[in-house]
Amino acid sequence: MDLTLGHFLALSAALFTIGVFGIFVNRKNIIVILMAIELILLSVNINLAAFSVFNGTITGQVFAMLVLTVAAAEAAVGLAILVVYFRNRGQIAVDDVNMMRG
Amino acid sequence: MSWQTFAAVVVVFAPLIGAIIGGAVNLFTPLNDAFTKLATADDGAHGHDDHDDHHGHASIPANRAKLDKLAMIVTTGLVVMAALCAASLFFAQFFAASSGVADTQSVLIARWIDVGAMQANWAIRIDTMSIVMMFVVTSVSSLVHIYSWGYMSHDMGRARFFTYLSLFTFMMLMLITADNFLQLFFGWEGVGLASYLLIGFWYHKPSANAASIKAFVTNRVGDVGFALGIMTVFLVFGTVEFAPVFEAIKTNATVTPFAFGEAGHAQDVVISVLGVTAPAMEIIGVLLFIGAMGKSAQLLLHVWLPDAMEGPTPVSALIHAATMVTAGVVLVVLCSPIYEFTTYASAMITFIGAATAIFAATVALMQNDIKRVIAYSTCSQLGYMFFAAGVGAYDAAMFHLFTHAFFKAMLFLTAGAVIHGLADEQDMRKMGGLRAKMPIAWLMMLIGTLAITGVGIPGTHIGFAGFFSKDAILEEAFLSGGMYAQFAFWAGIVAALLTSFYSWRLMIMTFHGKTRANKHDFDHAHDAPLVMGMPLYLLAGGAVLAGVVFYSAFIGDLTKVNKDFWGSSIYKAEIAETSHDGEDGHAPVTEHVVAANSHGEENHGDDHAEASGHAAADADHGDGHHGIHPPTWVLWAPFCAWMSGLVLAIIFYGFVPHIPRSMGERSGPMHAFLSNKWYFDEIYDFVFVKGSKALGDFFWKIIDMKIIDGLGPNGISNLTKASAGGLSRLHTGYLYHYAFIILIAAVVFGAVALSGQSGAN
Amino acid sequence: MQLIAFYILSTVVLISAISVIASRNPVHSVLWLILSFFTAAGLLVLIGAEFLAMLLIVVYVGAVAVLFLFVVMMLDVDFAEMRKGFADYFVVGGLVALALLAEIGVVAASANSVEGRNFDPSPGADTNAEALSNVLYTDYLLLFQMAGIVLLVAMIGAIVLTLRHRPDVKRQKVEEQTARRREEAVELIKVNPGQGINVHPEQD
Repeated sequence: MDLTLGHFLALSAALFTIGVFGIFVNRKNIIVILMAIELILLSVNINLAAFSVFNGTITGQVFAMLVLTVAAAEAAVGLAILVVYFRNRGQIAVDDVNMMRG
Repeated sequence: MSWQTFAAVVVVFAPLIGAIIGGAVNLFTPLNDAFTKLATADDGAHGHDDHDDHHGHASIPANRAKLDKLAMIVTTGLVVMAALCAASLFFAQFFAASSGVADTQSVLIARWIDVGAMQANWAIRIDTMSIVMMFVVTSVSSLVHIYSWGYMSHDMGRARFFTYLSLFTFMMLMLITADNFLQLFFGWEGVGLASYLLIGFWYHKPSANAASIKAFVTNRVGDVGFALGIMTVFLVFGTVEFAPVFEAIKTNATVTPFAFGEAGHAQDVVISVLGVTAPAMEIIGVLLFIGAMGKSAQLLLHVWLPDAMEGPTPVSALIHAATMVTAGVVLVVLCSPIYEFTTYASAMITFIGAATAIFAATVALMQNDIKRVIAYSTCSQLGYMFFAAGVGAYDAAMFHLFTHAFFKAMLFLTAGAVIHGLADEQDMRKMGGLRAKMPIAWLMMLIGTLAITGVGIPGTHIGFAGFFSKDAILEEAFLSGGMYAQFAFWAGIVAALLTSFYSWRLMIMTFHGKTRANKHDFDHAHDAPLVMGMPLYLLAGGAVLAGVVFYSAFIGDLTKVNKDFWGSSIYKAEIAETSHDGEDGHAPVTEHVVAANSHGEENHGDDHAEASGHAAADADHGDGHHGIHPPTWVLWAPFCAWMSGLVLAIIFYGFVPHIPRSMGERSGPMHAFLSNKWYFDEIYDFVFVKGSKALGDFFWKIIDMKIIDGLGPNGISNLTKASAGGLSRLHTGYLYHYAFIILIAAVVFGAVALSGQSGAN
Repeated sequence: MQLIAFYILSTVVLISAISVIASRNPVHSVLWLILSFFTAAGLLVLIGAEFLAMLLIVVYVGAVAVLFLFVVMMLDVDFAEMRKGFADYFVVGGLVALALLAEIGVVAASANSVEGRNFDPSPGADTNAEALSNVLYTDYLLLFQMAGIVLLVAMIGAIVLTLRHRPDVKRQKVEEQTARRREEAVELIKVNPGQGINVHPEQD
């Protein structure tokens, strides 16, 4: 069987699900959340690239590049927040991050 | 205006003025010292003290006594004046000279209601019925007023008492002289109010309060029927005034009900409501009688009368013997045109009247309180009056009312004298042997008992008052045939026997034999002073003579109403006309006779001739037969009844008093049944009192609190709180929870979008 | 051949992704993340998008993952053991994830069939890089510039968030420096020859 678009889509879906799953199953620390977000973005990238290649347009890859850019920016800011949080709290246990509790 | 008009106005309004002045005097007296003497009353007996100052109470202060005397003089004087005017009216009518009242007059006092089709005015109706009743009411009331001078002499609240007595008199007179149903209802309610006030006169006693409320509420139950009856009258006839209504009925005019029925002749017009179709006359008759049942303590609504003995004895004499309880009879007789054209309503009246007569007589056998015996006796005699009215003998009913007022009032007042003389002892088991100590009381009681048991020689006109009236009723009942009338007759005979028995029992237990009173009371027993004795003498005179003197005027011929005396105030289906259906056959109204009746001219001798002329064309029951008298055994039956009652009472209570005592102590089911008043109070308590309490509880706790509040304010607020509390727990503060929720929402939206899309596809 | 490669690579990606979130040690997580990035790059190379793959390695692995590593090491986190209660979320979370997967699958399946596509990783040019560069500064100029601005903002944001002033570090306050006036900076003093001046007479 040849390699088809479907393979890549399936892979991308699975990776996306794993990333989402990782966000809320995580009980250990916050960095894992950020990493899971990266996984999500990675899956989206693969998806875009696959569509672009299999459809013969370049738009998908351009878009994937931009997503990459934004992912990097977001990772940076997220980690900055984390650092500041750690400075204030001394630890990044997930269960303690409920200061937004209403 | 003619002197009759003037006299009637004086009669009606003098007591009102007395009541107002007495009430004004009462305003100047502080409230709570009315009971300083009663605070020392003993053992639940009626706290009225006697002259001997047994109880060491405070006496009435002098300035207060002056005010009281003022009230007493004014009220008594005005009532006596009214009585004199009423007596003049009555005797003028009785002697039937041209100074009598020929026909119904109506004296307009003031306009009251004039709304659309309904007109009701304050007016005084002057006809024989009202004259008779005015006389009865004012004479008994004035005598009671005088009696109360002595009886209530040590009561702090006597000004209030006299005020209430005068108020009652006024209300009763309003009732009697009403010329429309609404004024009658006003008087009806007014006497109910006065009864409430007077029964609960010693209002610090909870039993008196309960009794007064019971009386008022039971009356109210009857008043519902009465009000509905008035409304039906208005519905059918378009007016609530007596004259047009009775006119329409007598002439069988065409009436058109406002609703629920088609136009028709007044005697036959039919109303149909909610699928029930009945002649309007029947409906009106039944409804008005329900009101009469309440006011006159007939069988189902009788429960208030014995408890009404909580009031002072003059109250019992006036209200619950002579006047208020007769208001029902007055109503039924006033509406004789209506009842003449009903069968079921009349049958109902007959049946209930007879049943009451028997019921009350059986219960009176077991009573030990002297006033209760007399109260049940009243109830029983009212039953007589009602079944007389039910079989069509309205004049006999009125005559019995007339005589009964006098001897029952006398019995009560004498009982009051006995109680007064024995320092408020009311239990007959603690009396006995008082004849020597209270000879006058004994004599009065004897006369009253002879009157009530109907002692007299049948076939002649010799006898005490009750003899004439009771025998007239029984004869009429017998003559009128029909199942209910026969039942009424035999019930009347049995009740007469029982009446005789318990009345003589009362006499013997109270006055004869060895005394069972305690020594101190017995030694101090004394006869009543003159102020209390004089009314008794007058009433005794009435009890002895009223029958002989007034028989021919009131009743005369058993077969028809004495037109000379009654005029058109009582309408009786006369010759060739009957109201009893079924077994009795039915003969049409003779236009001629009806025309003569309805115009009510002075029919001195006219209708005698007419009567004989129409003798042939009548039905087969005795009411229409001219000149037929009941068979001889019927005349002697009451005689046997009272004689056997007397003999039995003498045997049981005079010679072998231990037998009834041991029978009482053995206390079998019959004894329990009778002495518990046939368990009416218990049944009513269980069904109505507890029932309505349970219903109220149900409506309150379950429907109101749980359902309405639960669905409404409380429920919604609780729901809001609960849901808010629940929802607020979503705010955990954990970012990943929030992310999770976002994810779930995204999944849900995706599903919705997908399904929408596939659906659209 | 390509298929086998695909399967191997995709297996590695998935395993490493799962390991990212399932590792106890956050450093391990980061390393697994790096592996997954690498493998994803390999996948991209497989279909011919080599520029993107290299970009992935350079930016993601070289910058982002390294940044993660920096932060993880800097924060000196305790190795918190797996807290109990993981199982609570596991069931529900698993269900939700499955639902998500199913939805994506549905959408994917209902997309146009994968047959009859024109496979072309470098449309309009010879290499992937050339194809990208053809459009980047022409059709997608605005987006490109905005991406740059996004990066700028992120940089500024990161600095603003984490900046703290150490008390013993000398720094300049440029605004103060340029706001200085002659009157407060320069003082003309007549100096007698051979004598010094006392700038701070109060310190004597």
